[in-house]
Amino acid sequence: MPNLTPPRKRYSAWNLLASALHGQADWAPAWRDAEPKARYDVIIIGGGGHGLATAYYLAKNHGITNVAVLEAGWIGGGNTGRNTTIVRSNYLYPESARLYDFSVQQYEQLAQELNFNIMFSQRGVMTLAHSRHDLDSQSRWVNAMLCNGVDAELLDARQVEQLEPRLNFGKAARYPILGGFMQRRAGAARHDAVAWGYARGASALGVDIVQNCAVTGFIKQGDNVVGVQTNRGDIRAEKVALAVAGHSSVLAGLAGFKLPVTSYALQAMVSEPVKPVLNTVTLSPGLGAYWSQSDKGEVVIGGALDHFPSYAQRGSFATMQQVIAATVEMLPSLGRLRLLRQWSGIVDVVQDSSPIIGATPVPGLYINCGWGTGGFKAIPVGGWTLAHVMATGRNHELAEPFQLNRFHTGRLIDEAGASGIAH
Amino acid sequence: MMQLTCPLCGPRAENEFHCGGTTAIARPPLDCSDETWGMYLFFRDNPKGSHAERWRHSYGCGLWFNLLRDTVTHEVAAVYGITDMCPKVPS
Repeated sequence: MPNLTPPRKRYSAWNLLASALHGQADWAPAWRDAEPKARYDVIIIGGGGHGLATAYYLAKNHGITNVAVLEAGWIGGGNTGRNTTIVRSNYLYPESARLYDFSVQQYEQLAQELNFNIMFSQRGVMTLAHSRHDLDSQSRWVNAMLCNGVDAELLDARQVEQLEPRLNFGKAARYPILGGFMQRRAGAARHDAVAWGYARGASALGVDIVQNCAVTGFIKQGDNVVGVQTNRGDIRAEKVALAVAGHSSVLAGLAGFKLPVTSYALQAMVSEPVKPVLNTVTLSPGLGAYWSQSDKGEVVIGGALDHFPSYAQRGSFATMQQVIAATVEMLPSLGRLRLLRQWSGIVDVVQDSSPIIGATPVPGLYINCGWGTGGFKAIPVGGWTLAHVMATGRNHELAEPFQLNRFHTGRLIDEAGASGIAH
Repeated sequence: MMQLTCPLCGPRAENEFHCGGTTAIARPPLDCSDETWGMYLFFRDNPKGSHAERWRHSYGCGLWFNLLRDTVTHEVAAVYGITDMCPKVPS
């Protein structure tokens, strides 16, 4: 029986032209949809961006390729496919600045590295100031960013208007725009491409990506985790990682420990596609909403959390109403646009709005969680640092401050800039 | 939109209320270990399913009260006073 699967080729203009001779019919699938084996060196639970990136960096940076990514649904179908794709590193504290700026740097070269166009568009993220207090706190914020080596600039009202003329500069504006600040290296990327790019990269290095494989329990030897029970049978491994965002507490519960996490629904929505109307990603912390425009032309609208614990992947109309009211107020000319889609993801919010990356109280089990409303931007660094601690047994220096023990020592990283929007 | 029932004002829309998170968290003695104190301050059960939580009718009468609510379906199984024990609800 001949092997009918064509070999995986690089994506390039040359290969695209060459394949045109065969009607583009000879492309291999981007990644292998694997059947689970009985045993691996490492199992990663969760086939979102963070899980797939962890697998990729385990293989690429550490040569550990006997790895399975177990995904309960389909890859990139959780929060990776439910966010607003913003990538930025405009954080306040040195620990966060280092962590998130490393992630932005990875994003800047990720399309070349993965040979997959993640469509990272560094159009800038602009935060509006509506009051003297906003201006003062943004001066402090920008200073902190510059001290931490992250690009940032303060803008006056005229500069904001030049960048985003559709914002409400009218005399009757409920929230007058006095200025703002900008991180020009920030922007938006294509969420599916990030998941698929990492999946393709990991798969090419030998990682098994297993979909429709839900973990229902952990196999323990003494206190140690030595594998997982799934709906497709038991799978053993030397080390297991959790990268499951909003469901972290549920899986931690199965493994027998608690997390400082509360799960909330975070909504987003898009309008019908229109011609280019927005140039940047613009946030109004005062109104609790932010806007950008996708390459397809949809206006992408995000806002605050639904403020009660939830595992329902659907948003509340109360929050949606507030976000849409903010949109109509701040961008009056978009008031007649129709909404096309609205959705929500379950985010893992930690008290200090900072992540947890490292070992758990259960030997053999590692975790990457707590990114809350901002996990997408952190996919490269989340994967990089989790792979590092699993491969070497030592925390990556970027992840050292983000350990679970900070909730007992009191060394919290209370990151005010974490959400951008006041959650 | 969720509709919640304030014990004083009756059924009202969700955006009149503020959720105060998990209810009935017992404070450990003040001379407890850092471990215990950290667990008390930050660690939560965060269940997928039935959750006992406190709410305040902030844009109404201002009353704090307790709810037993499902975090997946958002169904409310019980409404009870802020100092009352959570009633047993047949699952």
